[in-house]
Amino acid sequence: MNTCQITLAGAELLALGSGALWWPDKSLLCVSDLHFGKSERIARRGGAVLPPYDTRDTLNRLAADLLATGAKTVVCLGDSFDDLDAAAGLAEEERLWLVRLQAGRRWVWIEGNHDPGPVALGGTHLAELPLPPVTFRHIARPGASGEISGHYHPKAQVKTRARTISRPAFLVDKDRIVMPAYGTYTGGLRSHDAVLTTLMRREALAILTGPQPQAVPMPR
Amino acid sequence: MVMVPEVISQWFAGRGWEIHSHQREMLARAEEPATLLIAPTGGGKTMAGFLPTLAELALDPKPGLHTLYVSPLKALAADIKRNLTTPVEEMGLALRIEDRTGDTSATQKKRQRVDPPHILLTTPESLALLTSYEDAPRIFAGLKRVVVDEIHALAESKRGDQLFLALARLQRLCPDLRRVGLSATVEDPPAIARLLARHPDRCEIVEADPGPAPDISMLVTEERPPWAGGGAAYSIPAVLEQVRRHKTTLIFHNTRAQAEIFFHNLWLANDEGLPIGIHHGSLDRAQRQRVEAAMVRGELRAIVCTGTLDLGIDWGDVDLIIQIGAPKNVKRLVQRIGRANHRYNAPSKAILVPANRFEVVECVAALEAVQAGALDGDPRGPGPRDVLCQQILITACSGPFDADALYAEVITSGPFASLTRPEFDACLDFCATGGYALAAYDRWQRLLQRPDGLWQLRDPRAAARIRMNIGTIQDTDTLKVRLRRNRGGKPLGEIEEGFAASLTPGDTFLIGGQVVRYEGLWEMTVEVTRRADKKPKIATFMGTKFATSTQLSARILDMFAQERWPQLPAHTAEWLALQREVSRLPERGRLLIESFPHDGREHVCVYGFAGRNAQQTLGLLLTKRMEEMGLAPMGFVATDYATLIWGLDALTDPAPLFDRAALRDGLETWLAGNAVMKRTFKASATIAGLIERNTGGQKKSGRQATFSSDILYDTLLKYDPDHLMMQITREEARRGLVDFGRIEEMLDRVGHRVDHLRLERITPLAAPLLLEIGKVPVAGAADERLLAEEAARLLDTAGIVDLAPGG
Repeated sequence: MNTCQITLAGAELLALGSGALWWPDKSLLCVSDLHFGKSERIARRGGAVLPPYDTRDTLNRLAADLLATGAKTVVCLGDSFDDLDAAAGLAEEERLWLVRLQAGRRWVWIEGNHDPGPVALGGTHLAELPLPPVTFRHIARPGASGEISGHYHPKAQVKTRARTISRPAFLVDKDRIVMPAYGTYTGGLRSHDAVLTTLMRREALAILTGPQPQAVPMPR
Repeated sequence: MVMVPEVISQWFAGRGWEIHSHQREMLARAEEPATLLIAPTGGGKTMAGFLPTLAELALDPKPGLHTLYVSPLKALAADIKRNLTTPVEEMGLALRIEDRTGDTSATQKKRQRVDPPHILLTTPESLALLTSYEDAPRIFAGLKRVVVDEIHALAESKRGDQLFLALARLQRLCPDLRRVGLSATVEDPPAIARLLARHPDRCEIVEADPGPAPDISMLVTEERPPWAGGGAAYSIPAVLEQVRRHKTTLIFHNTRAQAEIFFHNLWLANDEGLPIGIHHGSLDRAQRQRVEAAMVRGELRAIVCTGTLDLGIDWGDVDLIIQIGAPKNVKRLVQRIGRANHRYNAPSKAILVPANRFEVVECVAALEAVQAGALDGDPRGPGPRDVLCQQILITACSGPFDADALYAEVITSGPFASLTRPEFDACLDFCATGGYALAAYDRWQRLLQRPDGLWQLRDPRAAARIRMNIGTIQDTDTLKVRLRRNRGGKPLGEIEEGFAASLTPGDTFLIGGQVVRYEGLWEMTVEVTRRADKKPKIATFMGTKFATSTQLSARILDMFAQERWPQLPAHTAEWLALQREVSRLPERGRLLIESFPHDGREHVCVYGFAGRNAQQTLGLLLTKRMEEMGLAPMGFVATDYATLIWGLDALTDPAPLFDRAALRDGLETWLAGNAVMKRTFKASATIAGLIERNTGGQKKSGRQATFSSDILYDTLLKYDPDHLMMQITREEARRGLVDFGRIEEMLDRVGHRVDHLRLERITPLAAPLLLEIGKVPVAGAADERLLAEEAARLLDTAGIVDLAPGG
C-alpha cells in the first residue's frame, strides 16, 4: 500500500492513495464525504438519471481499504449520504453490504451539512469525535488545532514539466487536515480558492491522491 | 410554361433581370413533395427556393405560417430576411417575414407563437425548440413549404440529423408539407436528396449551371515557406499585395488560432493601415457583429476568418478568396472558392497559400484534383442515436405520445430510415429509466407510461430543463475573456478551460488580434490587460479540423514516389530530397516509422497517411501498447499524414507494436480510459440528455463543483459497459474520431513492410508535427513519475524538505 506520512498534533497518520486516512496506532480509518445516494437524489429531483453505480463503487473502494488496513474503527466524516432521503432510499443490497462492512468494527457517522440528523443504520452518530490528540468534525473551524475535517472536497493542481495534473488532495498544515471527498460522484474545490487559502497556513502541503500519494506545497 | 404571377415577372423585368432556368424549374416543380436544388453561390439560389412561396402568397396572401426557412447560421437567417424583404416590398406583397433564432427577444418569440408570420426564418435548434411546445400543432397549422438552405453543410453534422427528425415531426402535423433543399456543389446529390425527402418518397434534383471553372492558383513568394508551423507569416507581404489589388478579400484559415496569429502578423505589416477585420467563432458576439456590419457596408478590404464564414452570407463584393493552409478536402475548397464573386457566370478567383513545405505538396495535389474535377466525400453513417434520444425527450415536452406512432414518424426521416424497433426501444428506455442493467429508478423515471399506453414526463417541470439542453452543437468548455477594468471590462471572446488552466499571471496570448496578458480568474472569467508585445503565447483554440481525404492522401503519396518534383517549387522539392537523404520518404506500400530523441523526450513518428482521425486512433492504440511495454508514453499528436508520440523511454523495436493481431485486439479493448473516448462520451451524453449543459447563467458553485463527465464514463465502463451510452460512444468513435476503416486500409496496404529508422535527431518531415495543436495527453506511469519528480523539486525549492512527509 502506497502511503504518505502525516504528523498531526503528535498523531502519526498515513494518507492513502484512495483518499482515506489511516491511523495505525488506533487502527482507525477515516473517510469523508461519501455522498451515498447522489445519483438517486438527482433523479428524484427531476434531473438526469445518472448511472446508479456510484454507491456500490464507493463501497467497493471502502471495502478494499478496510481489507488492506483491517481497521477496527471507521470514522465517516460527514456528508456520508447525499441527503436523509438518500440514506432511507439505499438499495437493500447496498444496505446489507454496508452492514457487513460494519460487522466487528466500531463505526462512527459524523454529522454533515447534507445529512444532519441520525440515520437508521448501525453505528454511532456524533456531531464530532474528539480522540486526543485530534478531533474529527465535518467542517473545519478556523483557529482549531489537531483537527481532521472534510466538507470542501479539496483538489490540487500541479504543473509538472510536461503537463498540469489535477487530483483530489489532502490539505495538511500543523493545525489540521482537510480530507478529499471519497464518494464516486463528487467534484472538487481547487486549493487556490480563497476559502482554502484563508483556512490553511502558508506552509501547508497538499497530498495528491492516486496510485502513489504525492505531497507538494499547497498550490495557492 | 409555368404561371409566374404578374407582380413577380414585372419585378424581374423592371430590374432588367431574367428568371434563371433553374429558378423557373423550381417554380415548375412547386407541387413536388421534395426537391433538391444544386447551384453555385451567386446563382440566385435563395430566390429559387422562395419563388414558389412568393408566387403562392401573391395569389392568396391568407394569414398564417406558409413557409419555414431553416439555415445553419443565425446570421444567415437575418441576412435572408433583409434580402427577401426588399424584393417583397418592391413587388408590393403584404407579407410578414420574421426570423427566430437564439438572438430573438422573448416578447417577439411569444408573439410569433400566437400569431406566426407568413415566412419564418430559423435554425435547426430554434425549430427543435418550437416543436417541443404543447401548442406546436397550432403554430405550424397550415404550413405549406419548408426550405432548407445550405443543406450540404447541415448534412455533415448532427444538426442535420436533428433537423431531419424535426421535419418528420412537422410532416406529421402538416401532411401536405413540401420540402425544398438548397445545396452547394456536392459529390453525391442523391445522398443529400435521400436525407431531405420523407422516406421513402422520391426527391427531384435540379442542377443549375455550375458556371465557369474557377481561376485558382498557388501563391508563389520570393520568401520560402517555413519548414514547419501553420502561421504562414512568410506570406504576409504577398497577401497584403493581393489585398491591395482586389476590392474585398476573404482570407480563410483552418483553425482559429492560426487566424489569430495571421491577423496579428498582418497588422504588424500593414503600414498603409488597410481596413482588415477578423471573424471567428471564439470572438465575442458584439465584436463579430461589428465586423459583419462593416463588411456589409463595404468598409473592409479584407477579413481574416475561419469556417464560420463558409456559408452563403452575402458579404458584399468579395472578389478574391485566399486559403491559408492546405485545404484538406477538395469539395470544401471548391465550395469556399464559390464565395468569391457573386456575379453569376464570372469565374471565382482563389489563391492557395501553403503554410509550410508539407502543405505545398498538399496544395499542389489539391489543385490537380480541382482541375480534374474530382470531388471527395465519405459516405454518411446511419442516424446517431444520441440525437434520437434528444428527439424523444423533445417529443415528451410537447405532450403525451404513443411509442408506435413516434417510431413510425422517426423512420420517415432519411438518416433514421433503417432504425430498427429494438434500437428505438433502447433509446426510449434510456430516456425513461436511464436504461441501466441495474434497475434503480423505478420511482424516479423521467418518462412514465400511463394506463392508456401513452408516454409522458413524470415531472412536467422537467420540460424546462430539457428545452434548455436542446441542440447538438458541441461547446467545449470555454471561459469568457474580459479586459480587467473595475469589474467587467470589455468582453473579448472565449478560450478553452484547459488552456485557461495552464496560464499563470504574466503569460500572454492572442485574442481578437491583440496580445493580452493574463491577470487572473475572477468568477470564472479570465481577466486580461492589453500588451504591446509582439510575441504572445498562443491560445489553443479548438477550431474545426477536417481529415485530409483519402483521395488527397493518395495523390500526395504518389507525388512522393516521383524521382524529382518539377511541379513543386524548388524549396519544397529540396526539402523532400533532404528527407530522402537523412531518412526516407513514406511510400504507398510500406509503413515508415522514425524514432529520435528531441527536447528531453523520446519521440516516435508513424507515417500512416490515413487521415487525421485514423492517425489519432493509431495514436491511442500505440500509446496503449507502449504503456503496457513500460515505455511511459505521455501523449501524441496526429496530423493527416503522421502520428507523433512522445514519452520518457525510447522505442527500440516497433514489431510488437505493429503486430496486426495486437492492434486488432487493442481496438476491441482500447476504449478503456483514454481522453478522446471520454470527449466523445461527453458530447453524446450531453446530446442524449444524460449530462446537462452548463448554461451561461448558472455558474459552477465554488464548493463541490459539478463532477466531471469522465467519472460517469469510468463508472459505466466498470459497471455497465454495454449501456446504450457506451454503445453510442463506440459508434461515434468508429465514425468520427476513430475511422477504423482507414487503419485497416493502411494495414492492408503495408502488410509486413514496416521500416523502422532510429535517428539522432528530428527529421524534416517530422518537425511540423511538434507545432501541431490538439495534443492528446496519455495518463499512465508517466504521470506518477512526473509528479514524484515535481514534488521533490518543489519541496526542495521551498526549502521544506525537513517538513516533508516520509514515503
